[in-house]
Amino acid sequence: MTAPLLEVSHLSIALPTRRGLLTAVDDVSFEIGAGEVLGVVGESGAGKSITAAAIIGLLEPPLRQSGGEIRLEGERIDNLPFEALRRIRGKRIGAIFQDPLTSLNPLYTIGRQLTETIRTHLPLSERAAAARALELLQEVGIPAARERISAYPHHFSGGMRQRVVIALALAANPRLIIADEPTTALDVSTQAQIISLLKRLCRDHGTAVMLVTHDMGVIAETADRVAVMYAGRVVEIGPVRDVVKAPQHPYTIGLMGSIPAIGHQLERLRQIDGAMPRLDAIPEGCAFNPRCPQVFGRCRTDRPDLLPAGVTRAACWLQEKGRHG
Amino acid sequence: MADTLLEIDDLGISFDVSAPWLTRLLTGAGKLSLKAVDGISFSIERGQTFALVGESGCGKSTLARLVVGLYRPSAGRIAIDGIDLAGLKTRAQLAPVRRRVQMIFQDPYASLNPRWRVRDIVAEPIRTHRLLPNEGAIRARVDELLRQVSLTPADGDKFPHAFSGGQRQRISIARALASEPEFLVLDEPTSALDVSVQAQILNLMKDLQRRLGLTYLFISHNLAVICHVSDRVGVMYLGRLVELAETAELFGRPRHPYTRLLLDTVPDIDMTGRARQPIIGEVPNPIDPPPGCAFHPRCPFANDRCRSERPELKPDGGSLAACHAVEERRLPDYAG
Repeated sequence: MTAPLLEVSHLSIALPTRRGLLTAVDDVSFEIGAGEVLGVVGESGAGKSITAAAIIGLLEPPLRQSGGEIRLEGERIDNLPFEALRRIRGKRIGAIFQDPLTSLNPLYTIGRQLTETIRTHLPLSERAAAARALELLQEVGIPAARERISAYPHHFSGGMRQRVVIALALAANPRLIIADEPTTALDVSTQAQIISLLKRLCRDHGTAVMLVTHDMGVIAETADRVAVMYAGRVVEIGPVRDVVKAPQHPYTIGLMGSIPAIGHQLERLRQIDGAMPRLDAIPEGCAFNPRCPQVFGRCRTDRPDLLPAGVTRAACWLQEKGRHG
Repeated sequence: MADTLLEIDDLGISFDVSAPWLTRLLTGAGKLSLKAVDGISFSIERGQTFALVGESGCGKSTLARLVVGLYRPSAGRIAIDGIDLAGLKTRAQLAPVRRRVQMIFQDPYASLNPRWRVRDIVAEPIRTHRLLPNEGAIRARVDELLRQVSLTPADGDKFPHAFSGGQRQRISIARALASEPEFLVLDEPTSALDVSVQAQILNLMKDLQRRLGLTYLFISHNLAVICHVSDRVGVMYLGRLVELAETAELFGRPRHPYTRLLLDTVPDIDMTGRARQPIIGEVPNPIDPPPGCAFHPRCPFANDRCRSERPELKPDGGSLAACHAVEERRLPDYAG
């Protein structure tokens, strides 16, 4: 079997503080195949964005990788020097962030930002790069792209800016795009446009996507597989249909139940009491145990690894005990 | 007759968004005004939840601020329990109404004073309105309020920074309840929260409503949340109501093309494989709204009449919709 496009194994990320070393991401492993969309979902502080930042080598100090490996097409990339990593970023891994305004330089026209990105990564002349830039803008659905290529970011609306950011991410035809909350800052109607655009482009280009979001709806629509994160760990991973329809981990079950849905009118939503623990107060054993309705002895002492749970894998002792349900 | 708590009639507000006077003088540009809320009428029955939904810039938050008296309307009338707000000029006249109407804001990080202890934050409305005679009574009342939102009296001695987003929103709710209001205006109360915390807050709001007989004006852009909490819904687009209906009716048989498209954009969590129909285009600039129906540039059913004549809210079955196509029965049935 050939190596997967992206392979993250036993990744740990530490946050040094005055009161000691905290673990922001704890022993996270997953793979993304070529052309596959992996959704990473979790609530704020679950470690999903930090995991994404580590893959593109943009961990903000004092955060640092404290263990594990990240491999792109079989080649280890987490220990590369800054310059080598800079060449991978954009060329082989594209990135889309939440806020399209801060991803673009307000002082340059979008045409210049695109041609600069293209020429940094591809051996093209100025003229050829400009032609490619125009092509990209048309592809992401900017109306009157020929005129607007010389416009500045502030001339564009939020949705149009995010289209430009997608064009930038695709500029060098990367094999993988890391999209961190790409639609969170947008209105619902624009969000639907951007999601379907991202889906279409990645299918056409055969680009794999790691889609980080807190919105299970976006994941359900877009991803092939989904990893659910809680307190720095992956608690469940599997095909999106199975995780959404028949979640195995009690946290995933609670999370799915707490999402209000149109069509099924309930008097009360299922709620998970309490909140995700802070990094300095992650309980012993399974991090979810104080909130778990099915907690038993072992959960309070031993930390579960991902165990096979039907079609998915869940980090839950219930799977071993086989008394789930 | 039904017991109406809030009545809004032909309400409007314009903001002056002109360039500075000197610039206007030099460039010859005229004055510009933005109609943030335009000709809105609806009423809320006591004990019910009325929801307003719309995208950013549609005027829903401005409307919330008008209702609680943070803005003065430039047209129309707001009456709470039969009392016309326009008739109340002085602070003293307004105070009794203000006690009965409270607001909860979106961002629980910005709406609590970081230098005040939670106990003082929650007690502020009690002190402002001089509702209790002495500090001992206030203390007992604050403890009770904190328990009501599932916090503990000991939390009262902490500062807001010690709390998570969901807990802060509970503090906001406790503060809003302190003056024993009948009517709460909730402006995106859960949009800044994670889904599991959102579920806790929505359940709490429902419990409180049942227990205290509260009336809610609930503002959100999240249709699934609206569907869950509300009895009736108003859909806003560019400062105007385009549809007004009972919740089940709105979600089951949406009339206005904008409502239908909004519903189509909701991510399909049930994975029914339903094809999503993204709305084309974006919300136009409210300073220069399109003539006729403001939605016509994005509407698949627009014709010449829609481009020239502005539709008014008209009854259609049990709903109200502002759409020529609905009135002329040109729309296909909704296949949700």
